[in-house]
Amino acid sequence: MTTTTAPVPTPSPPRALRRARRRSTALGLLAWVAGLLFCLPALWMLLTSLHAESDAATNPPSLFAPLTLDGYRAFFGADTGVTPWPPLLNSLGASFFSTLLVLLLALPAAYALSIRRVRKWTDVMFFFLSTKMLPVVAGLLPVYLFARNTGMLDNIWLLVLLYTSMNLPIAVWMMQSFLADVPVSVIEAAQVDGARLPTVLARVVAPMAAPGIAATALICFIFSWNELLFARVLTGVVAQTAPVFLTGFVTSQGLFLAQLCAASVVVSLPVLAAGYAAQDKLVQGLSLGAVK
Amino acid sequence: MTTTVSASPQSPPERLAPARPKTGPRAWATRAPLLPALVFLIAVTQLPFVATLVISLFDWNSLNPDKRSFNGLGNYASVFTDAALRESVVTTVLLTASVVLATVVLGLGLALLLDRTFFGRGLVRTLLITPFLIVPVSAALLWKHALYNPEYGLFNGVLSWIGDLFGDTSPSRPDWIAEMPLLAVVAALVWQWTPFMMLILLAGLQSRPAEVVEAARLDGASAWQTFRYLTLPHLRRYLELGILLGAVYIVQNFDAVFTITAGGLGTANLPYTIYQTFYQAHEYGLASAAGVVVVIGTIIIATFALRVVSSLFNEEANRA
Repeated sequence: MTTTTAPVPTPSPPRALRRARRRSTALGLLAWVAGLLFCLPALWMLLTSLHAESDAATNPPSLFAPLTLDGYRAFFGADTGVTPWPPLLNSLGASFFSTLLVLLLALPAAYALSIRRVRKWTDVMFFFLSTKMLPVVAGLLPVYLFARNTGMLDNIWLLVLLYTSMNLPIAVWMMQSFLADVPVSVIEAAQVDGARLPTVLARVVAPMAAPGIAATALICFIFSWNELLFARVLTGVVAQTAPVFLTGFVTSQGLFLAQLCAASVVVSLPVLAAGYAAQDKLVQGLSLGAVK
Repeated sequence: MTTTVSASPQSPPERLAPARPKTGPRAWATRAPLLPALVFLIAVTQLPFVATLVISLFDWNSLNPDKRSFNGLGNYASVFTDAALRESVVTTVLLTASVVLATVVLGLGLALLLDRTFFGRGLVRTLLITPFLIVPVSAALLWKHALYNPEYGLFNGVLSWIGDLFGDTSPSRPDWIAEMPLLAVVAALVWQWTPFMMLILLAGLQSRPAEVVEAARLDGASAWQTFRYLTLPHLRRYLELGILLGAVYIVQNFDAVFTITAGGLGTANLPYTIYQTFYQAHEYGLASAAGVVVVIGTIIIATFALRVVSSLFNEEANRA
């Protein structure tokens, strides 16, 4: 800021510019290399899932072996008749219904924390957040005992309740920040017209905050779909979820690598789809709404 | 440097009339929408914890239910004297600290690379968040079997290729998990969690006021000086947030330890040990006491985390 624009004395700026441009290209390349390197294990998983078992487990790796869907056929039980559909559907059910319940509870709560605020609303926000910090293992045993005594073991509805409590703080924080952007005049207009709160939420607030609500739903879905510890302890045969089903591969031996990779790809697909869809809002959800 | 006067023309957004009586029907009408969520959360998360606290004071093995008796703080004494449990405390600290440290360093590097315009930036970002979007059990299985396996894993496959290049026909084939079990778990977790750190730090970088950086550049500041004296101070709270949230999530990690080593070879962290104490050894009282210890440890981290979140939160609220 000290030097005012003076006539440029030497032809060095073009050279400096060229150097800056070359540096910028190099950094862009470096970013690409880093991105590919980070993605490599995932790409390797995809490639292996498309190889025959005999090509999947070789050293050195057979990069260019013919592609086949045998791994996927094996995963879906072509040889053994063991179908992964029940666990996949259990995961889908538990994730879907818990996400629905989260939204039904979080939307009115976010309204009371963002639009018509309760007193000490920040304290309430931090109470929600603090429950998220409570380690899952701390409540596991009582939940297990409760489930055993009430016959709720091996029941996906128990998982629905637990996943709802697991995701509710995140959802409340995210929705609070999204609802803060809804113009109050619109809500006031609806209330002047005599609309009651459920109507206001469903007809006015929800449509205006729709992108944010969708992102919240996707993030809650991901966390529920991924959960292992509760599902492992609280479900058995009937309500087994996809991650629990996957743990069957932990000690498998023999030729199973292609099938394992196919299983991992299939189970991860919903998360990948949800994550890519919510990409822009992902960080807001992961940081509990602290980062926008 | 601390106060940036934002010349935002917007006035703070009007919230609905804050008529907030402490009691009476009006107050309850305001609170009503909040209650279902609050009651649900207290019932499902706080009550079990109270039960854990109570159980932790009993000597209770479910294989021997007749001998259930009040044990005072005896279980806590066991937690701190039991060699396996004490070791898992050390493992938890080691695991959490190394994963958080590595992900922050890598995440910062990647965030700096992505905080520039270049060809295909969106695509690279998508590539980089992919590890985070693999189901944790899948990711752990992938590392255990497809990458670490001494016979046909990708790592030893690459070693073979490199060996070939130098005419080495019988390259060494290390058994990664057996030789460096904790590092094996750490590496898999670092792969999964680096995108998380990168996203938070990238958000921090992009909230950095552009005109200040531009001014520094015009004043002749070098790239390093800009980073050291402008970017890093600005990022400080985002770094704190990433470190603390990452620590809260990774302290609780169960999937990777369970899948990659099944808690063997000195990799059992507290969540895994507690799971084992209660699920396999049926020592309910002892498992509960260990659970309470984890909670106390988490509360210490969480107190700092909440403070950072609240300072970011207030800043956002003031900016609005």
